[in-house]
Amino acid sequence: MGVDLAITLGGARLANPIVTASGCFGSGKEMSRFVDLRSLGAVVCKTVTPEPRLGISPPRGAETASGMLNAIGLQNPGVAAFREGDLVWLAERNVPAIASVGGHSVADYVRCIEALRGAAGLVAIELNLSCPNLEDRGFMFALSAERTAEVTAAARAASDVPVFCKLSPDVTDIVAIAEAATGAGADGLSLINTTLGMAIDPLTFRAKLSTGTGGLSGPAIKPIAVRCIWQVHRALPHVPIIGMGGIAGVEDAVEMILAGATAVAVGTANFYDPTATETIARALADFCEAHGIASLDEIRGQVKIEG
Amino acid sequence: MNPVIRLAPVVSASRFGAYRELTIEAPEMAAGARPGQFLNICIQPGGAHLLRRPFSIARADRDGGTVSIVFDPIGLGTQWLGAREKADIVDVVGPLGHGFDVTADPGVDLLVGGGYGTAALAFLAAELEARGGEVHAIVGARSRARLYEDTILDESCASIAVVTDDGTAGVQGLVTDPMPEMIKRFAPRVVFGCGPMPMLRATAAVAADAGVPSQLAVEEFMACGVGVCWTCILPVRANGSLKHLRSCTDGPVFDGEAIAWA
Repeated sequence: MGVDLAITLGGARLANPIVTASGCFGSGKEMSRFVDLRSLGAVVCKTVTPEPRLGISPPRGAETASGMLNAIGLQNPGVAAFREGDLVWLAERNVPAIASVGGHSVADYVRCIEALRGAAGLVAIELNLSCPNLEDRGFMFALSAERTAEVTAAARAASDVPVFCKLSPDVTDIVAIAEAATGAGADGLSLINTTLGMAIDPLTFRAKLSTGTGGLSGPAIKPIAVRCIWQVHRALPHVPIIGMGGIAGVEDAVEMILAGATAVAVGTANFYDPTATETIARALADFCEAHGIASLDEIRGQVKIEG
Repeated sequence: MNPVIRLAPVVSASRFGAYRELTIEAPEMAAGARPGQFLNICIQPGGAHLLRRPFSIARADRDGGTVSIVFDPIGLGTQWLGAREKADIVDVVGPLGHGFDVTADPGVDLLVGGGYGTAALAFLAAELEARGGEVHAIVGARSRARLYEDTILDESCASIAVVTDDGTAGVQGLVTDPMPEMIKRFAPRVVFGCGPMPMLRATAAVAADAGVPSQLAVEEFMACGVGVCWTCILPVRANGSLKHLRSCTDGPVFDGEAIAWA
């Protein structure tokens, strides 16, 4: 028997729920040496901004227990080069693409989205509202319900495809931010971005990242991600969620679906296991078959909390 | 060749003074590997240290189907690898990156290696010599125990100058000390370098002063090694503007004159 893993993400139809986490897979070109991109639901591309960005000086990464810190500073070739290069490359291979857009102002997000209108193969846009690495940290939209609503409304009005808001876990009440995003028209949510961390070399006294702080990712943050997905899904059960944060194996993906995720993105695992996405996508079908799950709708949000 | 990911058995594990050499069975990697390319190796399967560690390929035995790396067991990953024995299994991705460019017609070249970085140059020396070139080398280290010497390098090079910081082997000094004299004597087309970043920086400066282009294999922190994480960037000047290139896929070999040293 074949298990139907197809999902609908705010109107976008994907063959299966396993996608890539932005910034952890490029746009797929490099990773296509290791995986069949057609085995994935979609490729969520690295964040682009209206103009090219050089990013910050090294060191940009540091390993930590069960994870890593990174601060890249949104290095990217700009939205126009992305559309003409990577998006065309993905469309030629019939790989559904989700573009991630970022910026320093509402106008920046709108510029990116307008530049992507009508792009072949683009099935959704993800607003990177929570990247904690930009030099001007006052503009982290995802820390404020008002600013999240403002940028989401403008993005929704400009976009011809579903809009997902990627939120930061570094807030007091993620449900309030999620409600602001959906209230302003977001078609779905991506949960979670990295959480802000820091590491210091005890011998040199130097911070391990050139910016001091950076985003913590990997299995170390998975329980935070599961908690955020569960809290938001409980409050907004009809809003599709792309769950991410520390996914390394099929059990992790199932865990996020049980918390309420519709799709699951693989991030840092790509770095140490370049085959992780395809492996998990194939293993998910096997898992469902082995456990008599005919559709993921049967288990989505079905976590049991006893006591 | 496209890189592959595989579990590879250890064929031999040996000591080289302070260093360790590990040879693994990976026929497709041995067949496709170029000097200057690297392997990305998992250092603690099932543990909390998830990221692979990059190692320059020190040797590729195409007939035997093996590749070798040489490293200094000073960190968590290198110590774990240093404890591997024959028949143990390691999880490897490779070969990765652009190697040294050896496509020019055969000529005279100068290799400058520091510490275990010399191992990658032994692979290069054999390749250049096989192509009909004349290879000279300067090999340096802090002390005799940290000097990488091997028969492949000896057999491939027309001359080798040995330098140590403390004078326990060869001449006391830095690898850059004999460079001007050797450049004058042999008039190399290219200086190839591999070693610690301060050494590479000095090597690039001496080569540039002498008007000789340099190709240097750099070492940077890499989270992925396959071109998607953008942590391993090296600032490089191209056409008057600064670019952040990936050491893994745009390198690890760069034009020494283009590197914007920190």
